[in-house]
Amino acid sequence: MPEPRSPLGQPLDRADGVAKVTGRAKYAAEFAPPDLAHAVVVTSTITRGRVTACDTAAAEKSPGVLAVITPRTVPAMKAVPADLLPKGRPPIELRPPLADEKVSHFGQAVAVVVADTFERATAAAARVRVTYQADEPALTLEEAEPTAFEAETFVGREDLKHRRGDVARALAGAAVKLEAVYRTPVEHHNPIEPAATIAEWDGDSLTLHDSSRWVHATRRVAAGVFGLSPEKVRVICPFIGGAFGSKGFTWQQNLLAAAAARHVKRPVKLVLTRQQMFTLAGRRPETKQAVALAATKDGGLTAVRHATMSETSPLADFVEPCGTLSKHLYSCPNVEVTHRVVRLNRSSPVFMRGPGETPGSFALESALDELAVAAGIDPLVLRLKNHADRDEEKDRPWSSKHLKECYRRGDERFGWAKRDPKPRSMRDGNLLVGWGMATAAYPGIRMEARAKVRVTADGRAVAASAAHEIGNGAYTVLAQIAAAALGLPVDRVRFELGDSDLPFAPATGASQTTAAVGSAVTAAAVEAMAKLVKLATTDKASPLFGIAVDQLAAREGKLVSRADGAKADAFSDILRRAKLKGVEADATAAPGEEKEKFSFLSTGAQFVEVKIDPDLPRVRVTRVVGVYDPGAVLNPKTARSQMLGGILMGLGAALLEETVYDGRGLVVNPDLADYRLPVHADTSDIDVSFVNEPDRHFNPVGARGLGELGISGIGAAVANAVFHATGKRIRDLPITPEKLL
Amino acid sequence: MSPDQDIDSAADRREFMEGVAVGGIGVAFAAALPITATADEPVPPARGPGQPVPVKLNVNGTDHDLKLEPRVTLLDALREGLHLTGSKKGCDHGQCGACTVLVDGRRVNSCLTLAVATVGRKVQTVEGLADGDVLHPLQLAFIKHDAFQCGYCTPGQLCSAAGLLKEGRAKSDDEIREEMSGNICRCGAYPNILVAVREVRQGALKEKP
Repeated sequence: MPEPRSPLGQPLDRADGVAKVTGRAKYAAEFAPPDLAHAVVVTSTITRGRVTACDTAAAEKSPGVLAVITPRTVPAMKAVPADLLPKGRPPIELRPPLADEKVSHFGQAVAVVVADTFERATAAAARVRVTYQADEPALTLEEAEPTAFEAETFVGREDLKHRRGDVARALAGAAVKLEAVYRTPVEHHNPIEPAATIAEWDGDSLTLHDSSRWVHATRRVAAGVFGLSPEKVRVICPFIGGAFGSKGFTWQQNLLAAAAARHVKRPVKLVLTRQQMFTLAGRRPETKQAVALAATKDGGLTAVRHATMSETSPLADFVEPCGTLSKHLYSCPNVEVTHRVVRLNRSSPVFMRGPGETPGSFALESALDELAVAAGIDPLVLRLKNHADRDEEKDRPWSSKHLKECYRRGDERFGWAKRDPKPRSMRDGNLLVGWGMATAAYPGIRMEARAKVRVTADGRAVAASAAHEIGNGAYTVLAQIAAAALGLPVDRVRFELGDSDLPFAPATGASQTTAAVGSAVTAAAVEAMAKLVKLATTDKASPLFGIAVDQLAAREGKLVSRADGAKADAFSDILRRAKLKGVEADATAAPGEEKEKFSFLSTGAQFVEVKIDPDLPRVRVTRVVGVYDPGAVLNPKTARSQMLGGILMGLGAALLEETVYDGRGLVVNPDLADYRLPVHADTSDIDVSFVNEPDRHFNPVGARGLGELGISGIGAAVANAVFHATGKRIRDLPITPEKLL
Repeated sequence: MSPDQDIDSAADRREFMEGVAVGGIGVAFAAALPITATADEPVPPARGPGQPVPVKLNVNGTDHDLKLEPRVTLLDALREGLHLTGSKKGCDHGQCGACTVLVDGRRVNSCLTLAVATVGRKVQTVEGLADGDVLHPLQLAFIKHDAFQCGYCTPGQLCSAAGLLKEGRAKSDDEIREEMSGNICRCGAYPNILVAVREVRQGALKEKP
C-alpha cells in the first residue's frame, strides 16, 4: 500500500478561509455581551508635564454617559507583574494606565469616558476639559544623548554587548575601510484591526475579548493588576486582525476596558481610534547606527563595529537590538557591538516585525554594499567570501544553514550576472535601473509550549493550544502538524486556539508559533497515539492484538501492521470496542540541550530592481526575488504569503513609512493617509522561493519559522539598488524623492 | 447599541434647554440621569445628534427597523446595530477601505456614510456576497490564491473587487492595482489579491458570449 502523502509540506488552503471571506471570523470587538457599554479614551495634548485639572462636568452631563474615569476615580490597579519577561530592564510599561497625573508623552491616556453608545461616548470625550502644567520635553536623539544608558540584553535573550578581537587595531591597518552612520525613523505597525477589548466582569471573574497575541500573558497581567488569581481571568481571541509586534500583552486598552467595566458594572468595549494607535499601541523606535567595516584588499572582513543608539519612553525600557546580526552574520575576527538608549517624551516603543533585524540589517547590509563598491568587488561575491560557516559569536556550529544555496538560486532567478556594476549604467528608456541585493537573517527561536490532542470515536481529532491566529495560518499549519502526527487526513483534524483556558502557548512573536506550538502538538499527538496503540494491542478483538508497538504505523485514521498491511484497526473501531468517546493526551515541549550545542539562524538572499525617473526621482520597485532557508516549509501557500508580507512591509520601510513628530513632540501624521504605507499600486513582481531543508536539530518538524525573515535585508537591498541606479547613497530611511534630488 | 434600544436622555446644553421648554423641568431632570435611569414619562421628541430616529435599512435583501442617531455611520449601524460585523472598522476616516460595502451596487466607505443616508437604498455587505452556502467566485478565488492573511481587510477587498468587476473595470493588472488601492492590506496580500481578481474577471469574461 503506498504511503498516503503527509499533510506536511502541502500547499493547503487556510482552514479559516471560509470564515474570513464570509465575514464570519470574529475579532475582539465583535462579540456582543448584553448591556454592552462603550468606552473612549481621552488623551493628553501635551508632551510632558502633569494634569492640573480635569473638568468632567460637561462630559458627565452628556447624553448616555455612564462615567468619566480619571486617575482620581479609576478602580485600583497594581503595577504590571515585572516577571513577565526574563531578566533585565522591563521593555514594557509596568505603570498601569491612569496611575497618576503625570504626562510622559503626547497622546497618553488621561481619562476614559463610558457611555451607552459609541457615538455618545465619543461626543462626551470631546467635552472633557483637561488643564496641564507643561514641562520641557526631550524630543530628539541628539538632545538626549548625554543621558544615554547602555543596554545589556534584548528581553534577556540576546546579548547586546559583544566584543571579540581588536576592532580599533583592525580598522587602523585596513586596506579597505568604511565608516558611516545610518538612520531609521519611528515606524508604526498599523495593523488594520485597531487594538480592541471587550471586558466583562462576573463578580470577581473577568473575561476579556482582547486583540492579544499572548492570551496567557494578558491573563497574568490582568490578574496581577486587578489582584485576582489567574484562574479568575479568561482571555479570548480567536482572530487577530494583524499585529506585527503590537497587540502584545500589556497595552493599555485591555486594562482600561477592564477598569471601566468594573467601574460602571457593565460589559465595556474599548477600541482605540486609528489616531490613538499612534500613541497607545507601541511603535518601532528611531535608530541611529554607526557602522565601521574593515577588509583586506580582496574583501575579507577584518573588522565589524556596530554601535546603535535607539530611543525609548519614560515609561518603558525598550531597546531596538540593531546589532544582533552583526555579531555573527559574517565571518570576522574583530567585532564590536554596542547598544545605547535615550529617553524621549514619546509613547513607548515595542517589538515591531524583525525588531533589530529590520533597521539593523539596513545599516549592516548597506555598509557591506558600500564596502563592495570601495573594494571594487561584486556585492554578492563579497558576501560569499565572508560567509560564516559557523557561529563565531558563540563559537559553535549552525544547526542547519543553506545561505549559499539561497545566494546561488537568487543570483540565477534574478539574473544578477547581467548586472553592470557601474552606477547609472543601466537604463530602461529614460528610467534609471538599479539592482541591489542583501542578506536576510532571523534567529530560530522557540519557547516552551503545551498542547492537547483528543482523538474521538468518530475518527476525528481536535488539537488545542492557546496559540493565536494572526494571519500566520496557525489554524491551518498546526492542524497539519497534528494530522501528520496522528496519521489522519487533515480535514479530520480541527485546531482550537486563542483562549487562555487552553494549554499554555508563548506569544505569537519571534516567528515561533509553528516551531514552539507545533512541537507541543507533535508531543501530545504521540502520547494520544500511544494510548490508542495500547488499547488495540491489548484487545483480543483487535486484528493488532499482541503486535509490538514498533511494528505499527498510523495512517488514514487506522493503526496498521507494518509487516502485514491487511492487519489494520480503525481509530473509531478501537475506541468503540473500548466503549470510549475518545482518548486525550497533553504534553509540553521545550528546547533542550540542542540549545547549547547549536546556533539557529534562518537566512535568505534578497534581490531588488528599482526604476527611477531621473527628473522626478520617485523610486519604483519593479522586481523582488527572495530565496529563503527557514527550515522545513510546512505549507508553501501560507509560507509564501508570510514572506510576501515581510517583503512588502520592508518596501514600505525603505520608501514610504515614517512617523513624524513636530517641534512639540506631537505626532503629525497619525492616520493611514499621512502615514504612508504600501498600497496595491505600489506592488509589482515578487518572486518568493524556499530551499526547504528541514532543521532536525531544532524541533521534530524541522521548521524554524518565517514571520520576520522576509522583511530582513529589504531596506538595504532597496537602498543598494537606488545607489546602483543613481550613484546616490541614502543612509536614512525612508528613501523619499527629495533625498534623491 | 442594540437595535431595539429606545431612548431617553438628552443633556447637552441646548437639548437641556429644549427639554425644559417642551417637557418641563421634571422630564429634563430625569433625562439628565444616566441612561440606566430611564424616565418614567415618555420623552418628548427632540432633534439633534443625541436623539435617535427610526431608520429602515435594507441590508443584503432584508429590511431592518432601527432607531439610530442621525450621526451614526452606516458602518456602526451594521456592526453595532445589526451585529453584521463582516464590515470592518480600520480607520473610521475612509483611508483604509476595510469598511467598503456596496450601496445600490456602488462601492462606498461605510465609515463615511451616514446610515440615515442609505434609507431606500440597497446595502450589500460581505455577508451578502455568497448565495446561501455557495460562495461568490471572488470568495473562492481569494481562498484558492491565499489573498489574505489576518483577514481583517478581506471583506472590504472583496466588496471593492465585486464592485469594480460589476462596473466593468479591472481590465488589466495595472487597472486592478490602481482600482484596489483604496483597500490597504497590511499583511501584504496584494500579489495574491491581484491573481484572484484577475482570475474571476477572466472567468466572467468567458461566461459572456
